Amino acid sequence: MMLRRTCKEASALILAREDRALSLPDRTALRLHLWMCGACPRFEHQVLTMRAALRQWRHQMHEDASDNP
Amino acid sequence: MPIEHEIAEQRSYLMRYARLQLRNEAWAEDAVSDTLLAALAKPQAFGNRSQLKTWLVGILKHKVIDLLRLHARDALPAGLASPNNDEDPDASLCADNGHFLHPPSDWGNPEQSLHTQQFLLVLEACTDRLPPVMGRVFLMREWLELSCEDICKELNLSSTNLYVQLHRARQRLRECLDLNWFGTQTRTPT
Repeated sequence: MMLRRTCKEASALILAREDRALSLPDRTALRLHLWMCGACPRFEHQVLTMRAALRQWRHQMHEDASDNP
Repeated sequence: MPIEHEIAEQRSYLMRYARLQLRNEAWAEDAVSDTLLAALAKPQAFGNRSQLKTWLVGILKHKVIDLLRLHARDALPAGLASPNNDEDPDASLCADNGHFLHPPSDWGNPEQSLHTQQFLLVLEACTDRLPPVMGRVFLMREWLELSCEDICKELNLSSTNLYVQLHRARQRLRECLDLNWFGTQTRTPT
């Protein structure tokens, strides 16, 4: 099936999305997979949490020295 | 305090990020020296002292990119030319049939903890643990905030190669955070 993805493929797409735009078939297949999979939404949540964490990390290095001994 | 002293006091702070990005002590020293000299040469360019760090980190990022460009060949050894130069990075994650060997753990709702100094130190330590080449390209993306096109151009790297490196870096970082932060928080003790 064109839109069927394994968890391995889906998790690779979730990671790839951080660095490049996915094709429409990939995006559609990923959404479908996330909808019916129990494990991959948690993987996606981890990757999105890392995205937020890295943003926070970039932000804190600009704060004043007294905040960051 | 004179501005010269305030600038000099940021040296070790700047070294921390220069080291993390460049993975080479001599290059890091060069990048930070260049940054401090550039800052001293035009202290008038800097008005608000409360934003000294922002200003210096901004200069440092430019100096670091210059250093990476200068040492592109050493920053990216030839061995990296083929993306399949080692094992499947997801072998420990997934079985041959494409299913997870161990389902990913639930990281909960960590919004608050992401702001803590303790968490950010773990994140930085996990980043530091990436192999040098992988760490360099990952931080070019996440710290220098370069586009993939620019990273490929600077390091003369194919996009396929870059994506493989970034994929592995993110996967390793995820495992490291799972092991050293989230896993220990969400797993109930037996």
